[in-house]
Amino acid sequence: MAYYRSTILVSMDPICIEKGALQIKEQIIEELKLQKILDEVQILDSPRIGDPETEGPDILVYPEGSHYIALTPESVHPLVVEHFIKGRELAQYSAKMRDLMDEEVREPKDKEVRVILENIGKIDPRNIEDYIATDGYSALAKVLTEMTPEDVIQMVLDSKLRGRGGAGFPTGLKWKFARQAQATPKFMVCNADEGDPGAFMNRKVLEGDPHSVIEGMVIGAYAVGSSQGYVYCRAEYPIAVSTLNVAIKQAKEYGLLGENIMGSGFSFDLEVRMGAGAFVCGEETALIASIEGSRGEPRVRPPFPASKGLWGKPTNINNVETYANIPKIIYRGLEWYTSMGSEKSKGTKTFALAGNVAHTGLIEVPFGMTLREIIYDIGGGIKDGKAFKAVQTGGPMGGCLPTCDLDLPVDYETLGAAGSIMGSGGMIVMDEDTCMVDIARFFMEFTQEESCGKCVPCRVGTRRILEILERICAGGGIPEDIPMLRSLCEEIKQDSLCGLGQGAPNPVVSTLNHFLDEYEAHIYEKRCPAKVCRNLISYHISEEKCTGCTICARNCPVSAITGERKLTHVINQDICIRCGICHQVCNFDAVEVN
Amino acid sequence: MTSTTQPIDPLYNPKLRPIIDKIIEDNIDLDGGLMVVLNNLQSKIGFLSAPMQEYVAECLSIPVSKVHGVVSFYSFFTTVPRGKHVIKFCIGTACYVGGITQMVDKAKQMLGIEPGQTTSDGMITLEVCRCVGACSQAPVVVVDEVNNGRMKPAKFTKVIEKVLNDEAAA
Ligand SMILES: Cc1cc2nc3c(=O)[nH]c(=O)nc-3n(C[C@H](O)[C@H](O)[C@H](O)COP(=O)(O)O)c2cc1C
Ligand code: SF4
Ligand code: SF4
Ligand code: SF4
Ligand code: FES
Repeated sequence: MAYYRSTILVSMDPICIEKGALQIKEQIIEELKLQKILDEVQILDSPRIGDPETEGPDILVYPEGSHYIALTPESVHPLVVEHFIKGRELAQYSAKMRDLMDEEVREPKDKEVRVILENIGKIDPRNIEDYIATDGYSALAKVLTEMTPEDVIQMVLDSKLRGRGGAGFPTGLKWKFARQAQATPKFMVCNADEGDPGAFMNRKVLEGDPHSVIEGMVIGAYAVGSSQGYVYCRAEYPIAVSTLNVAIKQAKEYGLLGENIMGSGFSFDLEVRMGAGAFVCGEETALIASIEGSRGEPRVRPPFPASKGLWGKPTNINNVETYANIPKIIYRGLEWYTSMGSEKSKGTKTFALAGNVAHTGLIEVPFGMTLREIIYDIGGGIKDGKAFKAVQTGGPMGGCLPTCDLDLPVDYETLGAAGSIMGSGGMIVMDEDTCMVDIARFFMEFTQEESCGKCVPCRVGTRRILEILERICAGGGIPEDIPMLRSLCEEIKQDSLCGLGQGAPNPVVSTLNHFLDEYEAHIYEKRCPAKVCRNLISYHISEEKCTGCTICARNCPVSAITGERKLTHVINQDICIRCGICHQVCNFDAVEVN
Repeated sequence: MTSTTQPIDPLYNPKLRPIIDKIIEDNIDLDGGLMVVLNNLQSKIGFLSAPMQEYVAECLSIPVSKVHGVVSFYSFFTTVPRGKHVIKFCIGTACYVGGITQMVDKAKQMLGIEPGQTTSDGMITLEVCRCVGACSQAPVVVVDEVNNGRMKPAKFTKVIEKVLNDEAAA
C-alpha cells in the first residue's frame, strides 16, 4: 500500500462544484505534480466540509486538520507551496486563522476607509513577498532613487501627518528637528509600547503587516540621517515581537534593511527591544531610559529627544501607526492623502472599539467622523439593546464623553476641547449599567499604580484622589469631597512632570463635569444609580420568580446562597460579597438588585 | 537527599547555570544590555532571585543597587518563583467594563488565594495585569499564556477545573 504523508479532502457539494471545486481539484493535482510531491499526497472527494455558501470551495488537509476556504484559482499555487513545501498554514485561506482575525478586524463597514489596516489578514506577515506584491517597498525605492532627505521631509510636512502616539505632533517637523541636530550618530525609535488598556491597534499592525512599519522607519532614517533603529515593544506582545523579528530578517535578506540598502549606499539596521510591564515607558523619555537599560522614569523636556535622546544622541521617536503611514503617503501621493480627514488632521485613524458596543474590534476611519457614526454606524450601537451612557477615548489620560458630545467630529482639537484626548485610539463604549464614579475610581487606581513616583503631585495626589473616590464608592462620601477632588485635579495637572500626571485627572474631571448627579447620588443618598458599587447595593431572590434550579448556589463564589432543589433560594446577606454572579447566571430573572 | 522545602537557587543549579551564563554572555557587550538580560532570564528561568541579580551586576560591571532598582521598577520581573500554572486576569478597561471582577472572585473562592499569591502546593499562581491587547474578546483570562476570551463565571469555573484535573491526571 502506498504511503501518503498528507490527505486532501475536497468538498464536492453541488454548490462547491458550481463555484469551481472540480477545477480547483485539477489544479491542486497539477501543482503537486509540478512540485514533484503528487505521490506523497492522497486526494479524496468529500460530500461536504464547511458551509458551501460562505466557505466553498473548501478543502481539509490531514493530518494537520487545516481547513482552507473560499479557494480561487490563484490560491492553489501559494497554498501548495506554503502548506506542502514549507510546512506552514497559509493564513489568508485558513478558516481557523480567519475566525481569529474576524474577531479583531472584521470586514470593513461602509463608512470605513482602510489604509493602515488594508493588508491585515490579507497578506502573510511572515512572507515578505506578500508585502512586496502589494507595492510594498516601492515607496522606499522611490525615496532612495528620486528623493533627497530634504524632499522626503518636505513631503511629510506637506502631508500634514500628525503623530499617532497621542499628542498629534506634526511628524515632518519632528523629522526636520532630528535632521538639523548636529551630533551623531542619530537613532530612530519606534514606540510600540501601546500601554493604553483597551487599545490594540499597534499590535495588530505589527502582527499583520510588520513591513509597513519597517519601510516607514527606513524612509525616516534616510530623512533624518540615522543608521541604527530600535522598536520598543511591550512584553505583553510576544507574537508581535517574533513576527517583527522574522520580518527584519527577511528584509535584510532582500537587501531592504542593513548595509547598502537597494544598492544606494544608505545603510540602516533595526533591532527589537522589549519592555517589561511599565505603562509609563510609553512616554518617550522614559522609553529611552528603558532601552538604555535603566528604570523607565521620564525626565524633564527640553532637551527633546530630537537633540538629546538615546545615549544623549539625537533621536527620532514615532508611534507604530505614524511610521506605517509613511510608505502610503510617499507611494500614493499628497493629493490622495490630504483628501482624507479634517482641516487640521489629515488621513485616517485606527480605533479599537471595545466595551459595551455590539461589534468590538479594530476599525479605521478618516479624521472628522463623528463619535455617533463610529459607535452606531460602524460599531452597531450598544450591545444587548441597552442605552448609551458614555464613551471613553484616549486611555487612562483621556476623558468620558456623554450623549451630548456624540456628534463631535473625532480629531485632536475637538476631543481636547471636550475634555478628553485623542490618545492612541482606544475607544471604550459604556452602557447604562456602568457607574461613572466607579470608572473614575478605576482609572485613578490605574494611574496611581503606574505613576513612577518621581514627582510628588503625581505620586501623592493620585493616591489622595483614589482614597476619596474609594470612600465615595463605599458609601462614605461627604459633600466637601467634590470641591476637594477638583482642586487636587488642578494641582496634579499643573505640577506634574510628564503626561501621565498631567493627564491623570482627566477621567475624574470629565465625569465630574458630565455625571455630577451620579457623584451626588453616592454622596447624599448613599445610592449607586447603576447598581455597581458593592457597598451600596444588595441582592435578593424573588420568591415568585425563583424556580429552585440551584444554578445561582452553584456559582456563588462565597457559598452565600442556600435552598433545596425546586424551592426558593435565599441569599445570606452577611456572607454575600455582592459580586453579581447570581444575578447574571439566573435564567429566570429571579435575582433582584436594590 | 537535600531538603525539599528550600529549593536550590537557579544560580547554583547545574542545569540552569549554563542557561544563565549563556544569556549574560550573549548580551554582555550590548548597549542597554541589562534590560535584555533580565527579560531573557525572567522568561527562561521564571524569576530573578537575589543571587541571580548580584551575579548579573558583577558580570555586567554595574552596581547591584542599579540592578535591584530596575528589577523592582518593572512589573514583569518577579523575585520569587511562580506556580507551575499562572492564571492572569486582565484588569484593563475593556475587561473591567466587561466584568472581569467576577472571575477574580470566583478564582479566589476556588483556590483560596488572592491575586499575587501561589497555592501552597506551588501549582497555581493568580496574577492581575493591565490589558493583554485582546480587548475585543473582553473579559480575558490568560491561562499559561493562552488567552481565554469572553469569559463568564460559569465558563471560567470549567477553565480552573481543567487546570486542576490535568494536574491531578499528570
Ligand atoms: C504616560 C504616557 C504614555 C504614552 N504611551 C505611548 C504609547 O504607548 N505609544 C505611543 O506611541 N506613544 C505614547 N506616548 C506618547 C509618546 O511620549 C510620544 O509622544 C510618541 O511616541 C511620539 O510619537 P508620534 O509623534 O508618532 O505620536 C505616551 C505618553 C505618555 C505621557
Ligand atoms: S508625572 Fe507621574 S509618571 Fe510622570 S514623571 Fe511624575 S511621577 Fe512619574
Ligand atoms: S438561579 Fe434563579 S431560579 Fe435558579 S435557584 Fe437561583 S434564583 Fe432561583
Ligand atoms: S452576589 Fe455574588 S456573593 Fe452575593 S449571593 Fe450572589 S453570587 Fe453570591
Ligand atoms: S483590556 Fe483586557 S485585553 Fe485589553
